[in-house]
Amino acid sequence: MTDTTKTTRQVNVTSKTSVSVLFAGDSGDGMQLTGTQFANTVAVRGSELNTFPNFPSEIRAPAGTIAGVSGFQLQFSSKPVYTPGARFDVMVAMNSAALKANLKDLHRGGIIIAGTEGFDEKNLKLAGYPEGANPLEDGSLSNYIVFPVPVLQLTREALKESGLSSKEVDRCKNMFVLGLLYWLYSLPLEGTIETLKTKFQKNVQMAEANIKAMKSGYFFGDETELFANLGRFDIAPQKQHGIYRRVTGNEACAIALTAAAKKAGLELFLGSYPITPATEILQTLAKKKKYGVKTFQAEDEIAGIVSSIGAAYGGALAATNTSGPGLALKTEALGLAVILEVPLVVINVQRGGPSTGLPTKPEQSDLLMAMYGRHGEAPLPVVAAHSPVDCFYTTYEAARIAVEHMTPVICLSDGYLALSSEPWKVESPDNLSEINPRFQPARKPEDSPYLPYKRDDRLVRSWAIPGTKGLEHRIGGLEKQNETGNVSHDPENHELMTKLRAEKIARIAETIPLQAIDNGQQKGDLLVLGWGSSYGAIKTAVEQALEEGYSVAHAHLRYIHPFPKNLGEILGNFKRVLIPEMNSGQLIHIIRDTFLIAPVGYSKVQGVPFNEMEILAKITDLIKEIE
Amino acid sequence: MTDKATTIIDRPVLTAKDFASDQEPKWCPGCGDHAVLQQLKNVMAELAVEPENVVIVSGIGCSSRLPYYMATYGVHGIHGRALPMATGRYSLSICVIHFIHTLIIKPDLNVILFNYEIYGLTKGQYSPTSKIGLRTVTSPSGVIDQPFNTAALTIGSGGSFFARAFDRDGKFLRSLLKRAALHKGTSLVEIYQNCPIFNNAAFEAFATPDNKADHTVYLEQDKPLVFGKEKNKGIILDGFKPVVVDLDKEGLSTSDLWVHNESDINKASILAHFADAEFLPRPFGVFYAETRISYEDALTAQICDAQKNGHGTLEELLKGDSSYEIK
Repeated sequence: MTDTTKTTRQVNVTSKTSVSVLFAGDSGDGMQLTGTQFANTVAVRGSELNTFPNFPSEIRAPAGTIAGVSGFQLQFSSKPVYTPGARFDVMVAMNSAALKANLKDLHRGGIIIAGTEGFDEKNLKLAGYPEGANPLEDGSLSNYIVFPVPVLQLTREALKESGLSSKEVDRCKNMFVLGLLYWLYSLPLEGTIETLKTKFQKNVQMAEANIKAMKSGYFFGDETELFANLGRFDIAPQKQHGIYRRVTGNEACAIALTAAAKKAGLELFLGSYPITPATEILQTLAKKKKYGVKTFQAEDEIAGIVSSIGAAYGGALAATNTSGPGLALKTEALGLAVILEVPLVVINVQRGGPSTGLPTKPEQSDLLMAMYGRHGEAPLPVVAAHSPVDCFYTTYEAARIAVEHMTPVICLSDGYLALSSEPWKVESPDNLSEINPRFQPARKPEDSPYLPYKRDDRLVRSWAIPGTKGLEHRIGGLEKQNETGNVSHDPENHELMTKLRAEKIARIAETIPLQAIDNGQQKGDLLVLGWGSSYGAIKTAVEQALEEGYSVAHAHLRYIHPFPKNLGEILGNFKRVLIPEMNSGQLIHIIRDTFLIAPVGYSKVQGVPFNEMEILAKITDLIKEIE
Repeated sequence: MTDKATTIIDRPVLTAKDFASDQEPKWCPGCGDHAVLQQLKNVMAELAVEPENVVIVSGIGCSSRLPYYMATYGVHGIHGRALPMATGRYSLSICVIHFIHTLIIKPDLNVILFNYEIYGLTKGQYSPTSKIGLRTVTSPSGVIDQPFNTAALTIGSGGSFFARAFDRDGKFLRSLLKRAALHKGTSLVEIYQNCPIFNNAAFEAFATPDNKADHTVYLEQDKPLVFGKEKNKGIILDGFKPVVVDLDKEGLSTSDLWVHNESDINKASILAHFADAEFLPRPFGVFYAETRISYEDALTAQICDAQKNGHGTLEELLKGDSSYEIK
């Protein structure tokens, strides 16, 4: 540490294993940047980390209101963490609306750092507090440790000679708070100083002001008597040696598509249309031209997928990314991709629905649409990612299955995974599985005619790329004669083709790994079966339940269609099966239908992820019932 | 991906027949689609393109069955989505959004618009190009919608090539298809196409030799706009207003007439609206042609630029540019 972090007097430092922090303020208060910087600092120091931004769908909702509150939650720890924390230990509330919106999720006894200027009469009124009531003064926060800090005033004082306009000065207040939190958690300032210097490369004055505001916040912690009793905290970093990067789920999806194309020796084509919360995949890939990636921002979701189908016919690793309403628009084209039997990766970043629903909030409510949402019988593989880092591995698998089995694949993510981040130990290219496209070689005139729908033993047809001599062939959405692909309305042939297309997908079960138990014994009272982003909450809850001696295990599905071959056997090893889902019960339908068992469902449809305490409570209730 | 360089070996001279697939066209007898198919095969043979390097993409409708009848690569897609398919690699109703966007995306693509002024495959409902008042099964009292003006739509949407042909004039159609094939960027050829079953004789005014001479004007670069059985009628521009003049009566010569210039977008726009005025002849030929860099060329240039210091490796990709080491 440099002199910037040297303390002037002795303050008690308490060691802790984990802390969950929420930075909350108005959309314009810069809380996302503040949270991201804090996350980068703890990650680089080697802490385990999980982050989750939470912001309104309006770009600038009315300032000071509950609707305008933007939050960034993170948990950092000396041991692995899988969620941003069920409840936070510390809340930064830049205004009264931020406090009001988030207080219910603060631990009893937790710390509140309140920017007092956000609790003036006007802000209190905007946040909906009754006239005359101020939570900082009326004793209503007596269950918490409250630190009122005049953030704006202190920032202005620190920057009075900066030469910046008052508006620019006020905008630095988030850096003051960041500095104060760095002090509180014994963290270094250097990383953020470097970032600010790079970010404001062309505006040195602005860089210096932000750095000064941050240092002022740090020194404020040091000098004020406010924190004398609380002292400071230290969360010792414990991460294994190695090279890491921090990724969000959306970034991980984009990297996976690029990596899969490289590994398969194909060009990546993404036909896409912006939609929250999936857009960052397009944005990330648009910057990957160095890797030969072609992105195409189409005129709508339909043109996005259809252009990708064209690219797949042309021999590219083709993909499209979207969210619920976009997937609905793409369903007709998905049916075409199914009957054409071309490889295509469709990443669906689920959000609250139906219709526009909750555009910025996560939900797991597109599973049945992914499974069945096409006209006619159009089965396709469905996989689901369970963490930001797992978005890489699951998307990569989706690409492998698409290319090797000549089929569209739906890869499910959600708004929680898309925007959350965690550290990822940089993967070695050698650890990625091979992807082998089945190209049809050129044909000489004397060879027998090319049969575009002739299949191998996995029922996969070959891929004939335009430009290859002798393979000229026509494919289309009309039912095709087996093997030749010529248009056929023959009744027996249609039934045969329907069965062949379904059987081809079913046989993918032969090539995917068996289902593993993530945590707990292979047999027992209760299996918690999850899919998607509820992984962290289930994982943490089951860990806790196991520590408490319950007979419980956790299995998490990546492959939802087809299921791993041993799933039925695993389900049979437990007295009860609990399926938590952020929907009204969708996987449970498929499990009941496939295995004729009666699992217990646990639904949460609030646009908010499960937390570990909710799941733990459900687990203990169920096990007590069994006993 | 395949190496195209290896495919050019001892190619025998191709004829139109070499572009015919083994599938028998299932269009109605007398349908203009047969003529267009024949001219497409002729043009491909004439241009000596290799069948393996052609992809024909279509949507849904009678004309969209065309790829099945060509011995090239082909995709018969879904209703109204041929253009985005062709971009990643028909057309005026569901496809209109894609249509105008394709014109600004400008892939190097030849779009052939079969205009029947009716929906044929679904059996005779009015289409977005049907004339006002046309009585069909879904407009028993007559069409109310204003029909699309295809030329104005193309030119107004930033298209770089528009030409109009007629299914029954095979030679002329062929020449336009060839021009379109050689055009760099997205070209659009509208073909007035007779549907003998559901909208027979919709284009009769331009069909029979008697009618044709007085109701059509054929556009030729640098040539005056002359028409009529006796070649005695012409068009002059009065400001922005096209006026029909009688060369015999008004003491004018062809040198006084509007001279066609394909690169003049303002004149092309005026030509596009000839279709809205009963008294003006219907123009056929190339209205407008302008060379532009195609989408794929521009994108390839951007990728080349991004790769000028080397292609990204898988290691680099996985490591990213903000990795950090924990020691």
